This record gives sequence, C-alpha cells and structure tokens, in this order.
Amino acid sequence: MDKLIANLKVQIIEQLNLQDTKPEDIGDDQPLFNEGLGLDSIDALELIVLLQQHYKIKLSNAEDGPKVFKSVKTMAEYITEHQPKV
Amino acid sequence: MSSPVFVVGLGAISAIGNNVAECLTALETEAAGIGEIKNLQTVHRGKLPVAEVKLTNEQLATRSGLPATISRTALLSMLAAKEALDDAAIKDLSSLRTGFISANSVGGMDKSEDFFAEFLVDNTKGKLRNVVNHECGAVTELVADKLGIKNYITTISTACSSSANAIFLAARLIKHNMLDVVVAGGTDALTKFTLNGFNTLMILDQQFCKPFDENRKGLNLGEGAGYVVLVSEKVMASLKKEAYCTLSGYANANDAYHQTASSPDGTGSFLAMTGALEKSGLKPSDIDYINLHGTGTQNNDIAEGTAIKRLFTDRYPKMSSTKSFTGHTLGACGGLEAVFSALAIKHGIIYPNLRLETPMTDLPFVPERKFLQNIPVKNVMSNSFGFGGNCSSLIFSKI
Amino acid sequence: MKTYIRATGNISPQKSFGHQFLTDVIEHTGDRLTCIEPDYKGIIDVKLIRRMSRIIKMGVAAAMECLQESGVTVPDAITTGTAYGCLEDTGVFLTKMVEHNEELLTPTAFIQSTHNTIGAQIALMLQCHHYNNAFVHRGFSFESALLDGMLLLVEKEANNVLVGGIDEITNISHSILRRMDLYKRQQISNLDLFTTKTKGTLAGEGAAFFLLANESSSNDYATLDALHTFYKPISIKETEQQIVSFLSAQSINVNDIDLIITGRNGDIQNDAVYDQLQRSIFKNNSAGNYKHLCGEYPTSTAFALWVAVNIIKTAVVPVVISKAIKNKPKKILIYNHYQNIHHSLLLVSAC
Repeated sequence: MDKLIANLKVQIIEQLNLQDTKPEDIGDDQPLFNEGLGLDSIDALELIVLLQQHYKIKLSNAEDGPKVFKSVKTMAEYITEHQPKV
Repeated sequence: MSSPVFVVGLGAISAIGNNVAECLTALETEAAGIGEIKNLQTVHRGKLPVAEVKLTNEQLATRSGLPATISRTALLSMLAAKEALDDAAIKDLSSLRTGFISANSVGGMDKSEDFFAEFLVDNTKGKLRNVVNHECGAVTELVADKLGIKNYITTISTACSSSANAIFLAARLIKHNMLDVVVAGGTDALTKFTLNGFNTLMILDQQFCKPFDENRKGLNLGEGAGYVVLVSEKVMASLKKEAYCTLSGYANANDAYHQTASSPDGTGSFLAMTGALEKSGLKPSDIDYINLHGTGTQNNDIAEGTAIKRLFTDRYPKMSSTKSFTGHTLGACGGLEAVFSALAIKHGIIYPNLRLETPMTDLPFVPERKFLQNIPVKNVMSNSFGFGGNCSSLIFSKI
Repeated sequence: MKTYIRATGNISPQKSFGHQFLTDVIEHTGDRLTCIEPDYKGIIDVKLIRRMSRIIKMGVAAAMECLQESGVTVPDAITTGTAYGCLEDTGVFLTKMVEHNEELLTPTAFIQSTHNTIGAQIALMLQCHHYNNAFVHRGFSFESALLDGMLLLVEKEANNVLVGGIDEITNISHSILRRMDLYKRQQISNLDLFTTKTKGTLAGEGAAFFLLANESSSNDYATLDALHTFYKPISIKETEQQIVSFLSAQSINVNDIDLIITGRNGDIQNDAVYDQLQRSIFKNNSAGNYKHLCGEYPTSTAFALWVAVNIIKTAVVPVVISKAIKNKPKKILIYNHYQNIHHSLLLVSAC
C-alpha cells in the first residue's frame, strides 16, 4: 500500500503537471480537491484516465469520482480493491 | 445606429434535413436526426449516437459544386449559405457591399486527421492538400470564393456560441453602414477530434440526449450549417419579398467561472439574455419563445435554467431545445437555431423538446413537449453558450 | 473611428516584454524566429499555469502587461485574433488520438485547443464578465479583432477594449509549412532577410496586446485613426485604389504620411507588391520594415502596430526599422499583405 501511495503521488504530479509540487508535499489523507491540493473537475477527468492507463481500472461513472479521488489514500484503496488480478 | 436589420434569407443543413424545408418538416413531425454513426470513421461507431447529415462527401460535393476532397465543414457551409442567399433573392448583389461572416470550431480538422495519421509515421508524408485548409478561416474562404463574396470576410470561433456571434457582428456591420448585405452563421462537420474531445469530458450521452430532463446524461454531437441573410433597411426597401423578421437584440457576456463548465447560477447566460433584451428594448414578458442552448448536459441545463428562472421570474415563455433533433452542432448551432427562430416567427410555430420525460425538479417551468402551431410568436430569444464562458443571446422580432 | 492606444504588451522574438523597444536587436539564425519569453511566475497564477501551453502563456502574459500599463483592471471588452489558434494543444490531442487509436485520451489539451482559450483565460483571471470574442480568419484575424474593438468604442458599448493578436509556431506546424515551401531553404540571419532576394521567408510568431480607449489620456502611445482590409485584389491597380481611397476617407493623401511600415517578408514574389507600390503611389515616401524582427505569421500586423505606436511615442525611428531618416514621424501607415490574399491598412497618428 505504501509503495502504491508513493507511486500514485508521482503519477498525479506528472499527469496533472503540478509544477513545484513534490511527492512529499502531498499528504496521504490530504484532500485532493478544493482547499486541499486545489484540483478541479478537469483534474478529476485526468485522474480517471490515470486509473485506466496505469491500473487498468475503468471508472465508468464520473459521479464516483469525488469518493474515489478524495485523497491519495482513498485512490490507493480503490485501486487495491478493483485492480484486475494478474 | 438604431436602424433595423432584416432577416431575408435562410439556409440550413443538419441531421434532420438537407435544406430549410426538410428541417421544418422534421421539426413538425417530431423526427429526430440522431442515430448510429455512419459517415465518420471512428472506433466509437455503434457506441456513441450522433446526429449526422445524411449525405456523403461525394453527394455534398455534387450538390455544392465544390470538390469532394475538401473539408466536409466547407461542403456543409456552401450548401446552407447558398440556400440562404438564393432564398434572399437579392438582385444586383454585385452592386452592394456584401459580407460573409462564418463561424466554425475546428476548421478543416476532418481532413487534418487524415493527414496526421500518415504524418505521424513519417513527417515527409501525408497529402498537403489535406492540411492546406486546416485553419478555420480557410473553410470560410472556400465558400466565400464560390459565392463570389469579397467585400468583407471573417471567421469567428468561440466554441459553441461561434455562429451566434457571427450573426451578431453581421448586424453591427450593417448598422455601422459598412455593409449592405451579410450572409452570417456557421458550420461544423463531425470530426474524430471533437467526438473524442467531448468524450474525454464524459458529457456524451450514450443514448439519445434528453435536454432539460431531470435524468439527462449528456449531449449528442451533431453536424450541419445554418445561415441567415441580413440586410439593411435600404436594401430591404428594394426587395420584392417580405422579411422573416428583424434581429432586434443581441449580447455577449462571459461567465468567467471555468474553462468548460457553466457557473451554477448561470451568470454569463443571465447577462447575455439581459443584455439582448436591453438592446431590443423588450421586457422579459415580450418574449414568446426561447430556443434554448439546452445541450442535455447536467451542467448546461441547470445553469441556463437557473438564469431563465431568475430573469423571467413568474411568466415563462414557451421554450425548447432543438438540439433534441439536431444534436449539438457546435460552431453551427447558433446559425441553425437562428434559422429555426426565424421560421417560428414566420409560421407561428413552437418546436417540441423531444424525449423530455421527467421535468427538472429545481426549475419552475417545463419546456414544450409537442409541436404547436397557430401561436402568435412575436419575439424569439435564441441562446448559445460555449467553452471559455462565452455566452450569447440573440432576439428575433416580428415586423 | 479614431481611438487611442493607451497601453501595449508584447511578447515577440525581440526583447519586447517589459516595454523595451528595439534597444537591443536580437539576431536569429535559421528559418524560424522564436519568441523570447519572460518568467511567467509572478505574472500568471501557478494553479492556472500548469495547464497552459506556450501560446496561452504568451497571450495571457502580454495581456497582463498591457493592462498593467493602462491602469485598467477589468477592460470593458476583450477581442483576440489568431489564425492558427492553440496549435500545440491541438497537436498533442491529435497525436494521442492517432497513437492510442482514440483510447485513453485526457481532456486538458482538447479544452485548451479551443480558439477562444486565450481571451477566455484572461476573462477568467480578471473575473471579466464583459464582451469577449475571438477571430480566426488567417491574415485578417488580428484586423477583425481590432475592428470589433473599434466598433464597440464607437457604439459606446465600451470605453476601453483589450485587443490582441496571437500566433505560435510549433514543431509540427513548422515542418508542415516548410513542406509548403514558405520558408527560406538556406540558413540566414534574420537581419539579412531583405538582402538575399530569394524565395521564401522566415517563420515567425508573437503575442501583442493593446488597450484601445475612446478618450485620450495624458499618456497614450498614439491614435489609431482608421483600419481597412481588402481581400484578394485582382490587380496592383486595385491595391493602389484601395490605399488611395483609404487615405482620402481620412481626408489625407500619401504625402501626409511620414513613414510607411510595409510587410516585406524577404520572399521576392511576396515583396514584388511592395516594390511596385514604391515605384508608384509610395514613390516619395520613407518606408520601413518589421518582419525581419518577428518573422512572417498571419497576425504579424499586431507586431507592426506595436512598432508604429512605439515610434510615435518615442519620436525615434530605430535604424533597424528604417534607414530613411525622418525623425519624429506624426503619421504612420502600416500596409501589410499576407500571401497577397489578405491586405490590411492601419493609420496611426501622434496624439
């Protein structure tokens, strides 16, 4: 889980082009949206693709976004739960 | 500056008809043009419904007199612009100062996509003739040259409000006595670029769109072109025909909220509608029909509806989204819907908002669900809102 | 239709940002002149910057510099002109679409590729709810935006309008336009552009903004007296007639013009139009050039306007613009044509 969280942070920074943000600046439980990291609805769509691209998870209902993308930790939990078994 | 500007010619092509008469029949018979993808070569065929014009590029080329190898956007534009000009039947056009103000969202992108597939493999490959008309303005020029218009030509691209802005500018150039006649409107063909772009935004309904329904899931993309011919009072006096209506009001405002989404209270929409009313000297209660932007996305319809609720308070005009027929034609929708607005005034008709089952709970009004005729329609408001918060409203008035 | 140019902001292949005016002329070698960009931090909010491609950053920063100089915080209207739009974002989305066969696409590049993005981003940053329009008509893009702005002032719909002309070169667009044979085949210095007398020009780009106002202030650059465009003239005679009647509509003639800034781009065929005019109606006029400084692109008239208003304001004609000495010009005519299709005339005067 810790490894997954660390990877996710790097991937989020890259996908969203969060210049000046380092992985250690993002807390595991820190809210990603609004007052937290300040992400918005476009970022949510980017994160949906991130899940698809890196973890083969398709979030077909955009309304699940807020729950899944609450923090890096909730994302990691969702991935662990839904990742196709290899 | 306060002299009226008259609408004397209409031209349209969309998924519901290849000319104005066919579009009108479809609107009367409640026949939507949405269906499975047939012309566009895309992996989304069979999955995402769209509203395609029912002619191939070859058929469009034969009808328009332009080569089939050029952008479909230009072919559609040519047919509708020519129809509008023919309908206006202005003699001695060459003795008048004539303009062509057209809008589109992605120019010759349909051909650029073909080029790009080969170019990416090897950048010395790909037929240059497929990118030479990539620019939005190039599409306008192909048509202007064919129509023989050269006094003033320009192209506007403000996403989905583009062609409303084109009509708006045309009226101003006539009022400034810079032009006598303007063919104004817009065109857009379906492209993979826009289909995939909207798909990434997750706002495409996988079923037929349901504008202003509580359970709406998104929009269906469409294609087409719509133009009006606007003339000055002086030219109007020389014509042997009646005008459809005047363009009495117009305004553009910016939502300044988000690059793609509308603000929850529809600030930009409200300002555009208010500004257009002010320009026309009309009160909200004078409006008989609103041709809604009504894309069918969660966001647009609640923002637009909230702005209408605020502006019209308790007396709501009849309203509908004709995108339930034509799909969302992006750069063409303001032009097509201007044509429909003028026809509503001329024939005293109101178009239905198709597939509206459950009215939106947060709104105190319900758009029309049936085609209505013998209705006195004096003033029509047509809304067009685009990315970048670009909001425009036009008002057409009976003479 | 006289309007006042109160402020400018310009990012170009010269050191123009920060209100420098050709004090240190930059030499470029090759067939492409690239903009000298400022550090955007401090100009644009970092939260917005991360999604912006180069053209959007250049446009927004030039607009901000212009507004700052004008003292206007929220303009009454914003109009922009761009022939190609946001090419980099367009290229990114198209490339991914082809490479991934329409799968795994993300929205950012698509959203930002929209032609009105720059005007929209400026509105968003300023919370400007006013009129906002975007023109995308090749060599008339900037001129259309300028006309729209001037009309808004005449209509009293606005007391001031922010008008910009923006275009970028990307690797993709450059390699395509190169295949269309637009650029010089030999490697030359931009400062030698007019001496080679060969085919082709140099690719250029830029983002120039102006604040137009309907009333004078104590620190305006110049007045923009009139603007006229004409499309595909059938002959040089028609071009001459268009120019003469443009001037006579302003109750002046060519003899009243102190400096003509032409759109020479170093391509012998393109420049033949200017050669002919300099033998006929412009015979007795001092002429200057600008495209060796910014390169050729459809909205380069915006750079020319920036040159003209700065000449009037500083009362100095830089040698790199014109060697014909006529200090303190009071009236400047800009005449540019883009590929002999889009011709434009702008008349600029001292206040």
